[in-house]
Amino acid sequence: MSLASHFSYWVTIFLMVAGLFIVIARGNLIKKLVGLGIFQTSVYLLYIAPGKLIGGTAPILAEGFKVYSSPLPHVLILTAIVVGVATLALGLALVVRIRETYGSIEEDEILAADLADHAADAR
Amino acid sequence: MSLAAHLPAHLPALQVVLPLLAAPVAVLMRSGNAAFVLVTAVAWAAFAVALGLWQQTGAGAVVSYAIGSWPAPWGIELRVDRLSAFVLVLVSGMAAVVLPYCRQSVAREIPKEQHYLFYAMFALCLTGLLGITITGDAFNVFVFLEVSSLSTYVLIALGRDRRALVAAYQYLIMGTIGATFIVIGVGLLYLSTGTLNLADIGARLPQVAGTRPVLAALAFLTVGICLKLALFPLHQWLPNAYTYAPSAVSAFLAATATKVSVYVLLRFYFSVFGESLVFDHLPLPEIMLLLSLAAMFVASAMAVFQDDLKRVFAYSSVAQIGYITLGLSFGSESGLTATVVHLFNHGLTKAALFMLAGCLVVVAGGTHLSRLAGIGKAMPVTTFGIVLGGLSLIGVPGTAGFVSKWYLVLAALEQGQWWLVMAIVASSLLAVVYVWRFVEIACFREPRADLATARRIPLSLQIPAGLLVAATVYFGLDTSFTVGSAGAAAAQLLGMQR
Repeated sequence: MSLASHFSYWVTIFLMVAGLFIVIARGNLIKKLVGLGIFQTSVYLLYIAPGKLIGGTAPILAEGFKVYSSPLPHVLILTAIVVGVATLALGLALVVRIRETYGSIEEDEILAADLADHAADAR
Repeated sequence: MSLAAHLPAHLPALQVVLPLLAAPVAVLMRSGNAAFVLVTAVAWAAFAVALGLWQQTGAGAVVSYAIGSWPAPWGIELRVDRLSAFVLVLVSGMAAVVLPYCRQSVAREIPKEQHYLFYAMFALCLTGLLGITITGDAFNVFVFLEVSSLSTYVLIALGRDRRALVAAYQYLIMGTIGATFIVIGVGLLYLSTGTLNLADIGARLPQVAGTRPVLAALAFLTVGICLKLALFPLHQWLPNAYTYAPSAVSAFLAATATKVSVYVLLRFYFSVFGESLVFDHLPLPEIMLLLSLAAMFVASAMAVFQDDLKRVFAYSSVAQIGYITLGLSFGSESGLTATVVHLFNHGLTKAALFMLAGCLVVVAGGTHLSRLAGIGKAMPVTTFGIVLGGLSLIGVPGTAGFVSKWYLVLAALEQGQWWLVMAIVASSLLAVVYVWRFVEIACFREPRADLATARRIPLSLQIPAGLLVAATVYFGLDTSFTVGSAGAAAAQLLGMQR
């Protein structure tokens, strides 16, 4: 139970917090998506690390091997990676469209433009 | 054996596969009309399947379907009990009513060359929502959640206003954070129990109950799911998303998306964790009670000050979700019955209101309240429909909203919480204020000069909206389906881990 034996968990927690921090603290829409990507990546690590057994082999039945690593977390995370890529692609596509109509990808400028739109609505 | 003889056994698979296949086929068709016909037909088929499943779970039976014939704890299982069948009926029924409405609504709000893509996205969204409800596998919940979420972001971004893009982006950020929290929770549960099957996790959890990873999983799942169901104060994505989405999308999402998330919360709380863990180890009921009350009051008060009708309804949705989670916080059978009934009744009411708001857009050119001045004279029937829906939001006897609030009050009284009854009545008075504000503007002001009174509202917009308004009144008078199913679902949820 030493610090080093939980190394992967420390990395996970660091990435998780760093990713969330970027999402919240940055006003640039693309940087927010980068933060989101980091946040999601930390979860891949959370799943995959416990799947590996030290000294374990790939889960193939063979003479002389008794300890196998679990393949299931890898399968799950493959799915999660696909979802992550799709989310990132959709997010970037939205940013492109926002850039086209607002002429900016800075959150504060977009919110200011939105306020102007709200004012125009009332007329 | 003939195909018809096999069909009842394969209903759970069909429920998800039909809309899933419809999406790529709609894309390949490259024609708005053909895609519309296909997706509408599939939505009606899904509704029929859901009714069939509801029938099969009649006597408290649980329908289990092993995908690819791999038996349950190892393979992926589709599992339908009374609660999931009820939610399936709501979701597929709403899709079946909203889709005919889409035809005219989409023609007005979305460029023609994107129509077939809209219907493909709608089919995917339906797939995701039905999949979340029917699956018995924790990781599948996440996958279907993302299928529905990603298509929802696209549907919202298709709104005519440029603010729809920003609304979709914000929803994407918050929705992804919510979904990732759910994966973290599922991951911790998987590490603690070694299984992903929801029922199996539920069976193994008592051995590790109260350990820190399990409590952390509970916390992550609660926050993640509450983000998706827009529990105050995690509702920030909802008002803009509902306001700027195309009318048909607002109606469908308001009726189903947050309701399915409530279902997921119920499933995890009562079938997986079990009430003893949720209600004894952590102060969750107290937190839930507090946030529900805050939603009921703060969001209702916010709704009063909005100057766009769709935004008023959006904030009112946040408030109504407060009523739904309030019933949950009691953890009693009558509380859960109120939760499930309100989930259904509010879905109906809000879909009807957003559809009628879509009719207003046709004539008034927008839903800003200043545009709606005097609309009651130009569109008396639509205005009357909105008032009826508003009465249901308030909870006036004879409407569906009354039934759910009545059960909520009964549940509060059962706990001896007199002050909660007062709170429910007081927050309903706030609903009176925002509904009255619309009535005052619509009926007692002079119409604007640029009101397009000559423009007819197509029947294909009026009929589905009218149908839902009628249903709102019908389920306020005849409660055998709603309260009967909800009561059975609540009993089954609580009975599962006894």
